Amino acid sequence: MLLSGADILVKVLIEQGCDTVFGYPGGQILNVYDSLYTHQTQINHILTAHEQGAAHAADGYARTTGKVGVVISTSGPGATNLVTGIATAYLDSIPMVAICGNVPTTQIGSDSFQEIDITGVTLPITKHNYFVGSVEDLADTVREAFMLAKSGRPGPVLIDIPKDVQIAKCEYEPQPPVQAEAPRAAKDIRIEEAAKHINAAKRPYIYFGGGLITANAQDEMLALAEKIDAPIGCSLMGLSGVPTDHPRFLGMQGMHGHYASSMAMHNADLIISLGVRFNDRVTGNRAKFATGAKIVHIDVDGSELSKTVNAVCGLRGDVKLTLQKLLPMLKEDQKPDWIQKVDNFRKEENDYLDNRDGLTPRSAILTLNKHLGENTAVATDVGQHQMWSAQNLSFKAPRRFVSSGGLGTMGFGLGAAIGAAFGTKERSVLVTGDGSFGMCLNELATAVSYNVPVVILILNNGVLGMVRQWQTLFFDKHYSNTVLNRKTDFVSLARSFGADGEAVSTKEELDAALAKAFNADGPYIIDCKIDKDEFVLPMLPPGGSMDDIIVKVGTV
Amino acid sequence: MNRYTVAVLVRNQFGVLNRVTSMFRRRQFNISALTVSETESSEFSRITVVFDGEEAYKQQLVNQLYKLPDVCSIKEFTADNSISCELLLIKMKNDPATREEIRTAAEAFGAVTVDYSKDSVMLRLASDSRKIDDFINLMRDYKLLEICRTGSVSLEKGSTTIRQTINL
Repeated sequence: MLLSGADILVKVLIEQGCDTVFGYPGGQILNVYDSLYTHQTQINHILTAHEQGAAHAADGYARTTGKVGVVISTSGPGATNLVTGIATAYLDSIPMVAICGNVPTTQIGSDSFQEIDITGVTLPITKHNYFVGSVEDLADTVREAFMLAKSGRPGPVLIDIPKDVQIAKCEYEPQPPVQAEAPRAAKDIRIEEAAKHINAAKRPYIYFGGGLITANAQDEMLALAEKIDAPIGCSLMGLSGVPTDHPRFLGMQGMHGHYASSMAMHNADLIISLGVRFNDRVTGNRAKFATGAKIVHIDVDGSELSKTVNAVCGLRGDVKLTLQKLLPMLKEDQKPDWIQKVDNFRKEENDYLDNRDGLTPRSAILTLNKHLGENTAVATDVGQHQMWSAQNLSFKAPRRFVSSGGLGTMGFGLGAAIGAAFGTKERSVLVTGDGSFGMCLNELATAVSYNVPVVILILNNGVLGMVRQWQTLFFDKHYSNTVLNRKTDFVSLARSFGADGEAVSTKEELDAALAKAFNADGPYIIDCKIDKDEFVLPMLPPGGSMDDIIVKVGTV
Repeated sequence: MNRYTVAVLVRNQFGVLNRVTSMFRRRQFNISALTVSETESSEFSRITVVFDGEEAYKQQLVNQLYKLPDVCSIKEFTADNSISCELLLIKMKNDPATREEIRTAAEAFGAVTVDYSKDSVMLRLASDSRKIDDFINLMRDYKLLEICRTGSVSLEKGSTTIRQTINL
């Protein structure tokens, strides 16, 4: 049938199984919005307060569902407002398709009103991007974009569509949704090699990241751990990949990781790495990182193998399929000495835990845990609250921890939590700080407009806590521009947006407030006061090794 | 620091050169020489890049280039496995005192005169980069007006082609 470019775009989105999109209209995307209007029974458009919020919402939707998140904006400032959201998705390998309008092709390159070279701007932060020059190319370009976004290592893809291409008409033939490229296991010879290293290991440690969740390889990894009797740790992006209370799970490792998890990794003789990329927050000083360990690394992206740390065996392939082939080659083994050693690390960790009475960052998160459902997604912003959440939140199901790991985007959380609520069709939670929340709190309007049930827990210390922590430790307590002491009353703010909330200053008040929040009809803000000099511990100083770990404030 | 010559076969689309060179920029590689041209098939363009760098970083760069959807194939060339060639145009002042010496040098290097006027002479030399360097250095002893050289073009010796390795 003969359709306009705008209609073709919306039809292909529907074709791809896309039922929810996030965005913000404007001059050069009006035709697409007109088409969204006529297709509103098939595709639900969520209007945010700002394009950045829309991008983070599409991201949160993608993280919690595994589907491709879709965000739509107009040209120029609409498109540049997406940039932080696209970069966040890129660094965390989240499948996303961003669609921007642009000025008509006849005006491209003439610095027209609201014209920006958005394919140029987003070149280094997308898997790929497209400028669609003619309506005949549109349908297949959108299909290819979806295919790329979800194939292999997922990531964001941007499509720039000039206004005249939205208006022009051509024949549209419906097609079935595109499939991601079929996943492939690593080469057999590599798998055999990996099996040899694993069978020879006396102190193996399994280390997984977001790639394991993407590959849906939890069962295979747990089978591996059982078979070779290994403890498991993860990166920030791996959190929720296995149930937090799994007896083999030591938690996140790295700069602010669990002591036992970091120590086990440091003392291992083999690190079996699944869908990770050995970021500097993970390794600290690379020269001193796990010096006694060999690394077997499985990743769908070959460029990650031996990128920052050398792998003795690098396997490029789908984590799930590769593990399935690897498992039968491994001999079953018990390693009581190693497990005993790991248990000792756990005991040491227990001694270091912050068990103070009253309302502390840790007790706040532990109180939140009591209210979480099996399926509740928890989003965070970036900073101390993010690390306290990562350390102490309890998850039962994968894809329920939504946090900006790679880019570390303050302001990510509220948009992401809204997207997560749409993705899971359930109440979601945002744990944030007063600094991060201040960045993008405008999306409270979105949550109210759509009556999105989001529990917003602000750990409010009146400072930019993480930066302050570094200033305390490494900058002679020069608190340069990190003391906020703003006069914002978050409860009044919630009310002015049409939401509700309350301030709490004790654990009991927090518990009661959470009970209320989890029954609220719509967003609910809890302004939870904490001390400005709380620390995230343990901490590996930047560029440090396990010898430099700070475990208790007294040791600072 | 090593010198590398890498040929990248890409889909022949606008912006593709930018995507490839952007990867060099992001990894802070300085490109010494670059050529781009259509190939035996109009579907593909071929980008030949010469650059200096450390082995590990070079490998990372190649791995990242492979991830670009527009990149179809990559070949690394060494002096042993390939033939490389570069083109030089050089304009010299046509001074009667040095005319004969320049002509002799040009002959020795196999450079051809392509333009001649009372005041200037232009020579063309197609050769490997090193020989071109030598020739330019020699010409610096005379009155050199202007030079322009292309980057290197390289092909693997024998019957294998870059298109045979399109299978990513």
